[in-house]
Amino acid sequence: MKVTQLSIFAENKPGHILAPCRLLAENGVDIRALSVADTQSFGILRLIVSGWQAAASLLEEAGFLVRATEVVAVEVPDHPGGLVRVLAAFEGSPINIEYMYAFPFAREERAVLIFRFDDPDAAIERLRGAGIAMVERRELFGDDLFAAETAR
Amino acid sequence: MLSTTGPLFQPASAPDYIPRPQLEQLQLSRLRAVVERAWERVPLFRQRLDQRGIFPDDIRALEDARLLPFTAKTDLRDTYPFGLFASPMRDVVRLHASSGTTGKPIVVAYTGADLDVWSEVMERAFAICGLHPSDIIQNAYGYGLFTGGLGAHYGAERLGATVIPMSGGNTDRQIMVMRDFGVTTVCCTPSYFLHMVDRALELGVDLRELPLRAGVFGAEPWTEAMRARLEAMAGIKAFDIYGLSEIIGPGVAVECECQDGLHIFEDHFYPEIVHPETGESVPPGEEGELVLTTLSKQAMPMIRYRTRDITALLPGACPCGRTLRRMRRISRRSDDMLIVRGVNVFPSQIESVLLEMEHTMPHYRIILTREHGLDQMEVQVEVTARMFSDTVGALETLHDRLADAMERVLQVRTRVTLVEPHTIPRSEGKSNRVVDRRAS
Repeated sequence: MKVTQLSIFAENKPGHILAPCRLLAENGVDIRALSVADTQSFGILRLIVSGWQAAASLLEEAGFLVRATEVVAVEVPDHPGGLVRVLAAFEGSPINIEYMYAFPFAREERAVLIFRFDDPDAAIERLRGAGIAMVERRELFGDDLFAAETAR
Repeated sequence: MLSTTGPLFQPASAPDYIPRPQLEQLQLSRLRAVVERAWERVPLFRQRLDQRGIFPDDIRALEDARLLPFTAKTDLRDTYPFGLFASPMRDVVRLHASSGTTGKPIVVAYTGADLDVWSEVMERAFAICGLHPSDIIQNAYGYGLFTGGLGAHYGAERLGATVIPMSGGNTDRQIMVMRDFGVTTVCCTPSYFLHMVDRALELGVDLRELPLRAGVFGAEPWTEAMRARLEAMAGIKAFDIYGLSEIIGPGVAVECECQDGLHIFEDHFYPEIVHPETGESVPPGEEGELVLTTLSKQAMPMIRYRTRDITALLPGACPCGRTLRRMRRISRRSDDMLIVRGVNVFPSQIESVLLEMEHTMPHYRIILTREHGLDQMEVQVEVTARMFSDTVGALETLHDRLADAMERVLQVRTRVTLVEPHTIPRSEGKSNRVVDRRAS
């Protein structure tokens, strides 16, 4: 289902990914998944973190450019063909995947795919129709972390 | 009881309305006196008049000013520190110095009477901007050797306004004072005010909701687009003020409510426009280099000083009714011009490109390098929160639009680099946006 992702602007220079990551580590923020999109001159660091609101304000106060975006987390079996089934669900639909990345899920032999769709709600409908399982935010972080986050 | 709204005629403003014939008569008698004084007391000037076979008595009409030799910035450097003074130190009560980017600074001197004139023109400048004794003026021009701080300070005091002598820097405190003291007017460089506006947004202070209503900005060229941005973001009317240390400091010319050209205080400064290369007078109304002669300065008279500023004298009378002639706003200074691959580039052009694009702020820096004998120009632009997107495509589109616009306006290949926020140093006075590494 929908998960909030933080994107951080970084110049494509040595050390520019380190600074935001170090800040998050020092403040006990757990990074569950990340991807870096890079061009010749700049990069975008995308993170799924525990307590994203608090993490976003930490980063903003430190002067980083941060944007929160809704992405969709999909669960797939970690074997050949797992990804294809998800992508095939969009065959012939106008929904566009802006970008995606994957990471192994902590439990069993499964993987999580993070999708940034141009139209996340339509995409969710489509995935549901195809019987594809989506992951709740709480599952990504475990119940305890989820509880801590809502209490904040 | 003074009205706090609407125009208020200040007695000090009377000279702004002198009928032209009377003004020109005053100018001529003052011109003759200042030429006489410089001839008697400044060896360099006398030597130059002698070379031309001219005597002060040869100045019989205002137009005869063109017989006189020019004074250039190099003359001040060559006679550093006191070579052009026309008063003994006993009579000099203040020195200022300009920040020379290379080598020695330029030193300027004032007698007590000179300071009176300076305060008078600054008082009149503030009055022209619609300020009056009930205004609270935050003076964020640098206090010190730079003429901006003290020049604005004494003018504002003479007007009877309340002056807060902030000087430049410590932006968070500037914003606190602006809000807590009910400041109505800010004086500083336009680039520093932009920084204040930016910082206020970050601190959650909406300047439009404060009593702030006017900004008197100068000491560097700025564009109409910058004016529109500052006025909209801060809810003020932004006035351009012009001056230079060599002539007196701020207070040579200023915009009135019409914001269509700057009225020159012609009773104290005689303006001419000349061709920047030949030095010949240009036909009335045409663009050229501004040349100024001080008509009442004692300690350091400047005869036909080459300002390096490109402008034109506007024809016709201003609808405001003041008789003082107007000069067009200076969008570029010859001194700021960069030559990149043989093409003339002005930093203000880059500013206007950034201001015309949505969501960008004119925080930029120009880096010039030379690769394989060829000039390379890089313009670094800070990414703002409103520009930033999580998709590479959106940022690249923006980058390409910026690069295209730069190339179109500058006519030279420009590499645009998007940089992280707050990485370009903010100016607290005159901005320095160019890093030229071509020589090394």
